[in-house]
Amino acid sequence: MNRYSIFGTALHRLAILCYVVFALFPLFWLLKVSVTPNDLLYSEGVRMWPSRMSFEHFRFVLAHSAFPVFFRNSMIVAGATAVIVTLLASLSGYALSRFTFRGKYWLVALMLLTQMFPLVMLVAPIFKMLSPLGLTNSLTGLVVVYTAFNIPFATFLMQSFFDGIPKELEEAAKIDGATQFMAFRQIVLPLTLPGIAATLGFVFTAAWSELLFALMLISGNSAATFPVGLLTFVSKFSVDFGQMMAAGVLALIPACLFFLFIQRYLVQGLTAGAVKG
Amino acid sequence: MVFDATAGLPESRRQSLVDRITRHAEPYLYTAPALILIVTIMLAPLVLGLSYAFRDVHLLNPFSGGYVGLDHFRTLYDDDNFYRALRNTLWWTGASVLLQFVFGLILALLLDRPFAGRAIAQALVFLPWAVPTFLTGLNWAWLFNPVIGPLPHWLYALGLMSEPANILSNPQLAMWGPIIANVWWGIPFFAITLLAALQAIPRDLYEAAAIDGAGAVRRFTSITLPFLAPTIAITVLLRTVWISNFADLIIVMTSGGPADRTQIVASYIFTQAFRALDFGYASAIALVLLVLLLAYSMLIVMLRQVLMDRA
Repeated sequence: MNRYSIFGTALHRLAILCYVVFALFPLFWLLKVSVTPNDLLYSEGVRMWPSRMSFEHFRFVLAHSAFPVFFRNSMIVAGATAVIVTLLASLSGYALSRFTFRGKYWLVALMLLTQMFPLVMLVAPIFKMLSPLGLTNSLTGLVVVYTAFNIPFATFLMQSFFDGIPKELEEAAKIDGATQFMAFRQIVLPLTLPGIAATLGFVFTAAWSELLFALMLISGNSAATFPVGLLTFVSKFSVDFGQMMAAGVLALIPACLFFLFIQRYLVQGLTAGAVKG
Repeated sequence: MVFDATAGLPESRRQSLVDRITRHAEPYLYTAPALILIVTIMLAPLVLGLSYAFRDVHLLNPFSGGYVGLDHFRTLYDDDNFYRALRNTLWWTGASVLLQFVFGLILALLLDRPFAGRAIAQALVFLPWAVPTFLTGLNWAWLFNPVIGPLPHWLYALGLMSEPANILSNPQLAMWGPIIANVWWGIPFFAITLLAALQAIPRDLYEAAAIDGAGAVRRFTSITLPFLAPTIAITVLLRTVWISNFADLIIVMTSGGPADRTQIVASYIFTQAFRALDFGYASAIALVLLVLLLAYSMLIVMLRQVLMDRA
């Protein structure tokens, strides 16, 4: 029994290690090429780390490109989208979790439908709708579009978090004279903080990564987001792997920072406390 | 007017009428902002887009827009590229979802067990999920590139390849490129969802089962699996639809090539719309895809209902 459990523990750690290596290796390679000077790039083959490091690619990208602007644009768009979606989705998710009402079935069906159809279908009609409103080539337009796209999934996500919180808590509050909304705001929402963090993270990442609609709705550098900027860069300097990967590393930074910040809320505490009821 | 009508009523009755109206309106107030956005930004353009399937719409041609009836669908019926894209979609979706789910479940089970350094390990293995999808595509395309990436050289050293070549340019193997990138990117999504569901299982159940003499396998099949089943069903079904529409990786990595071997329906629509600028034909393909996915989505709604009734 004891030997079995030692063997099991070793196997468990080994499996974890395999996952960590698999998850990190592509990112490690991205970083490695981005700090490899051009003259060593092809001569050193598949070495794990270049014999000499250089930040020339980063210097070029930061000084001679519009990446700082793309970076700021993407932060604005992804941040605003994440906050608005989370706010609206916690309201609608709460309604789906706690109320039975006429049209609920159709609301769920509509939200599922929005997850089904290929969004590429909407590119032209949305362009034609937003164009007369002056919302093309504008960050506001992107926020509006991304908000709508992310609400259905965020609603289901928030609903599942609300489902995990016992109704008895609100019923007790209502007996003490609170309205449903007060119970929602003061009792349920604080218990759902991990869920809110998870939703913020999901939506921020989705908005930060979106490429198709950004390409269609934005023309020119002033309102371009990072994906649009990077892809333009890749098609323009397609042989300069060092610079492309340096730009890739920059695109990675905010998404990863935000993720590391919220990831401990993702799973931890989803079930602690009230859920055990 | 409403207030006049209730003015003569005793205070408590009036209160309860206002209460009743509020109670009935409440769920609609919560859902209204989300609903309005979905209808104006998704449903309205969808309907407009559907009308394009029956019209001649070229994005940059101001004189297009005329009604062409079923012409696009007749073209589509004889379009071999479409049938190939349909087969590729099944292969792409099936392989991606299955691998993501299996590896995601294993990871969730591994992380459900407490060990020193779990928080850090968890942060690291979930990291790919935060990587923007276009960057995931570029990154894996670079890894498969013999000029700059290590993978072809390793496969060659292992004897799996006769020379260090790019699998993305090999028609037989190209689809594995985007699939591997997709699995790498998608494992954390499954693991996060399943881990959350795992941790929602009351620990006392396991303790009680252990006291009653149930072994590890028995505890897994009698406690873990039944508790996970609803999460698994919904996650897998939603993810299947999502991945079948997910063209970013393919567009970034292979653009559907070589010889259309990695072209899925979603990337075919994209190609028609953005390269050929033929929005009419693209919308017709999208309409067919939509019908197929709708049938599938009805299944999900029904399944959700069954699961909710059982819970």
